Amino acid sequence: MQEAGEPIVRIRDLSKGYRRGTQVIPVLSGVNFDIARGEFLALMGPSGSGKSTLLNLIAGIDTADQGSIRIGDVEITQLGESELARWRAGNVGFIFQFYNLIPVLTAYENVELPLLLTHLKRRERREHVEAVLSVVGLGDRMEHYPSQLSGGQQQRVAIARAIVTDPEILVADEPTGDLDRASAEEILQLMDRLVHEFKKTVIMVTHDPRAAEKAHIVRHLEKGELSVS
Amino acid sequence: MGIPYSYSFRNLWTRRLTTVLTASGMGLVVFVFAATLMLTEGLEQTLVQTGSPDNVVLLRKAANSEVQSGVERAQASLLESQPEIAVGPDGYPLLAKEVVVLINLKKRVGDKPSNVIIRGVTETSLRLRPAVRLKEGRMPRAGSAEVIAGKSIARRFKGGGMGETLRFGMRDWRVVGVFDAGATGFSSEIWGDADQLMQAFRRQAYSSIIFRLRDPAAFEAYKTRVEGDPRLTIEAKRETQYYLDQSEAMAKFLRILGMVLTVVFSIGAVIGATITMYAAVANRVTEIGTLRALGFQRTSILSAFIMEALLLGLCGGLLGVGAASFMQLITISTMNWASFSELAFSFTLNFAIVWKSLLFSAVMGLIGGALPAVRASRMNIVEALRAT
Repeated sequence: MQEAGEPIVRIRDLSKGYRRGTQVIPVLSGVNFDIARGEFLALMGPSGSGKSTLLNLIAGIDTADQGSIRIGDVEITQLGESELARWRAGNVGFIFQFYNLIPVLTAYENVELPLLLTHLKRRERREHVEAVLSVVGLGDRMEHYPSQLSGGQQQRVAIARAIVTDPEILVADEPTGDLDRASAEEILQLMDRLVHEFKKTVIMVTHDPRAAEKAHIVRHLEKGELSVS
Repeated sequence: MGIPYSYSFRNLWTRRLTTVLTASGMGLVVFVFAATLMLTEGLEQTLVQTGSPDNVVLLRKAANSEVQSGVERAQASLLESQPEIAVGPDGYPLLAKEVVVLINLKKRVGDKPSNVIIRGVTETSLRLRPAVRLKEGRMPRAGSAEVIAGKSIARRFKGGGMGETLRFGMRDWRVVGVFDAGATGFSSEIWGDADQLMQAFRRQAYSSIIFRLRDPAAFEAYKTRVEGDPRLTIEAKRETQYYLDQSEAMAKFLRILGMVLTVVFSIGAVIGATITMYAAVANRVTEIGTLRALGFQRTSILSAFIMEALLLGLCGGLLGVGAASFMQLITISTMNWASFSELAFSFTLNFAIVWKSLLFSAVMGLIGGALPAVRASRMNIVEALRAT
């Protein structure tokens, strides 16, 4: 087990470009940095600077053209598609700007989804789901569908879904981007609690300076290159 | 474990209108498919139930039906004395020498003429067909111009009802009884005294001889012996096989007709299902991206959409089978191509038809959903998530 403060994410010479016809448009070029265990990192930068691409690469939903990403002991750039999917299921929690809940499933069923990829029995899954919904303060909204919840409540369900498998890393792409100020503040406090109380490593892409203020470290991306503030 | 079935089911429920419209299209095809099978089954059951497995029908060699057959009186006497024939409680052999003639009668509705079988019977004929029961009136007296009509004839043909008079064979024949033969071909026949009918139609030979076997297992040996006897030009068939052969041509025709109709209609239904499923995939791109990001494999996405398409097909199947089940209330009549006579029968639904129809609907759903499901499973996660 690695100690808190040790790097959980190690990125070396990471490059990524997108093809447009015959042209390759570089998005990230030669990015190097570490993220310490238990850190709350905010990635900021103008649109098109490559911050979401970097987040997607760290989360294992996109593949790099060059370089390496090591998460804990796993070199994820070496994993095949199926292995990567299995790795994501156990190691990464996702928080999206528009919550990305499945509208036909209840809050309970949405949170239970990642647990369906584990070997837990129904009773154990229920215990886990009830526990995390209590953590996010929605223990009494389990049978509600997303459409019956406010934006802030939906994002809290999404956070519960992200932490239900107890992953070490949470990746959040503009988690407050679709929320009013009060709900955004609640979500940020919850994420802060996840870092301090539950020792999660949070990597957040944001345009919101108030959200960035909650982070331990803010890194800026500009034209695919990284700087620290 | 993959994506729960409730995801597929509830997505169909959420898009209720689209689901109902697509399922109705598929239901229509399943209705045609099931109705054709029910028609064939009804025809086969009617003709097969007409026969009894213990009874043997003797026809002239190469005759396909009683209408084409002729058994000379001398041959009939020889056949009557065979040891394999069962004997009734009165000590007489359970054997009937019958004559079958086609006549033309007008229907009560529409005045349209149609061929009807007149069967000249003996007292033993009823004992050989326990399914035949007199519903009204009495049996014809021997030597009189009296007949009894099957319930289907009584209902549908002019002069065929109880107390009415039919004219054929240059004589008037009074209907003194109506019999019910259940769902058998006898319900579409008129029965009278064999000797009277032979005189009226100037027949010198019987059409067929029907008898009950003393030991049903002795049939093969009997058949070999009788068909090999140089004095006889006879072919022996079990009564069930005889009627099954009669239904074969019509059943084959119905099956081919049904198959052609079903295939043509199903192309439309499959295209409908494909369009619906493509729309379902297009509307849920972000969901697909999210599920993949959470760690669900491509195969799980494929299975979820295939499951949805199967459920859609099964909804259509249930609608189609449900609608087709009402067809059992309808009795139709058609030409029996073996005897060229009118035959009334009902659409018959059984478990095998329900099973085949639901399987067919599921296959339509599967074919319709296959391409959209493959498309969903092949989506790039990042691009799918960007579709928000």
